[in-house]
Amino acid sequence: MSDAAIITDPKSANVYAELEGVGKIFWSRRGDVEALRSVDLQIRTGEFLSVVGPSGCGKSTMLKCVGGLEPVTAGVVRVGGEPVSGPPDNLGIVFQRDVLLDWRSVIDNVLISVEFGAGNRKDFESRADDLLRLFGLDGFQNRYPWELSGGMRQRVAIARALLNDPVFLLMDEPFGALDALTRDELNIELQRIWNETKKTVMFITHSIAEAVFLSDRVAVMKKEPGEIVEILEIDLPRPRRLAIRETPEFGAYAQRIREIFEQLGVYKEKV
Amino acid sequence: MTDATKSTAPEPTTLRAGDLLSAIPRNWYKLNRGFRVAIVLMSTIVLWEVSVIVFDVKEFLVPRPTVVGAMMFDDPLWMLEHTWHTFYETIIGFVLAVVFGVILAILIVSSRFLEETLYILLVTLNSVPKVAVAPLFVVWMGTGLSPKVAIAAMIAIFVIVIDMVLGLRSVDPEMIDLARSMKASKMKTLFKIRFPHALPNLFAGMKVAITLALIGSIVGEFVASDKGLGYVILVAQGQFDTPQMFVSIVLLAILGTVLFFLVDLAEKFVLPWHVSRRQEEGGADAKIAGAH
Repeated sequence: MSDAAIITDPKSANVYAELEGVGKIFWSRRGDVEALRSVDLQIRTGEFLSVVGPSGCGKSTMLKCVGGLEPVTAGVVRVGGEPVSGPPDNLGIVFQRDVLLDWRSVIDNVLISVEFGAGNRKDFESRADDLLRLFGLDGFQNRYPWELSGGMRQRVAIARALLNDPVFLLMDEPFGALDALTRDELNIELQRIWNETKKTVMFITHSIAEAVFLSDRVAVMKKEPGEIVEILEIDLPRPRRLAIRETPEFGAYAQRIREIFEQLGVYKEKV
Repeated sequence: MTDATKSTAPEPTTLRAGDLLSAIPRNWYKLNRGFRVAIVLMSTIVLWEVSVIVFDVKEFLVPRPTVVGAMMFDDPLWMLEHTWHTFYETIIGFVLAVVFGVILAILIVSSRFLEETLYILLVTLNSVPKVAVAPLFVVWMGTGLSPKVAIAAMIAIFVIVIDMVLGLRSVDPEMIDLARSMKASKMKTLFKIRFPHALPNLFAGMKVAITLALIGSIVGEFVASDKGLGYVILVAQGQFDTPQMFVSIVLLAILGTVLFFLVDLAEKFVLPWHVSRRQEEGGADAKIAGAH
């Protein structure tokens, strides 16, 4: 695996977010759970970085720590050079569940952050319309979430996250609840939008193919405790088409990640 | 059904009892809904009338519905006045219960301290039978409107608080995370997310509370009053005027039903987005699914 280089010197790149020796322990009456142990990770400006790992490896916890939604118990998280103590500025988040508000129309859901902040709704209305058009949801402004399919709902959730034009986008398994075809469709759309906007993205997934397809780099995690075991640089030309998944280069990256999981005993195959 | 039997069975002319019985439910849903309700009510009244005549029941035990009906229209204004009195006692009590119930629920979910004090206190107070407290209210507030309203509100408030607390608490934690990431204040999270999210629970509570409020105002009237349907029942009881009691009970049933459907109607306007209300405009789903 010559092209899957392990990054050892990240200082050469411009780092936007950074985890340094991050540990997270959940204390509970039934015993402590060590979700993360000494995680070091740099996310470069404008980079699409994915984190793959088995269920329960702490990848969602890591995202919440980066987003300032969960305090760390060891180490430090920096976003934009500042240590994180609460949700940082210029942040957009998309979760696995779209968490749209049922009582608000599509456009009102996209505009919700304006009402939370001090902004003027009028200034953002045209931007919200543009975002909906970008996601092929033109004409659905006044529909309600329950009238939309799962894929459309998740598109609305992404549009909502992009409303304030955030620099940094955190995505926690955003397509995990969708069917395979819709997932492919949204992977292509997300790549297109990322290509146009070059946001810094941290993307959590448990799909190896999705991670390799979308990312500049893929961080592979193990569980109990959650640790990053390897970071792969994905050197595939962009824009990538779905067919790239059939190429030997793509296959080599996917295989490398699968091998790591095999060594970690993630798969319990018996042949 | 009978056609199929004809072609296969050897005895085509015999009509079994089962066929007759199944003919009713088969054609039942073809009727207009209001018409169906009317049929059920009318049948019940006819059955009541016939039973009283056939079994020769004394009027002071169970009067015939025609007697009750005639009595109701004997002095309709007088009956209407008492019904109106009970109606507005109930409504004021109910509105107070909703307002204070919602405020209490918000206080309870927003502070751990209040949850451990107020909530426990409320549960303890609720386990006291409210009817037992009613005479105390008369001592405190006299025999006018206020004790009835207070009892109605007191009986109705508990279910409002319980349902509202549940609704305010059951917001998806990821929704709260999202609001935090958008720097929403606690207040805005409460009014933009938690409160609307809790509305379906609030309405469920209100539907129970409206009926309880009616019970409360009748209890209040039983204890001490000179107006309202509870008062009419009490006076009629003293005179063994059973038809009069039946008139009041029928009016109470109508009043309770009207009140319930008023809340139901309000829900329809406030929560058009809720799951329980969607099937009424179900066409939209299919249309959009097809469009995409």
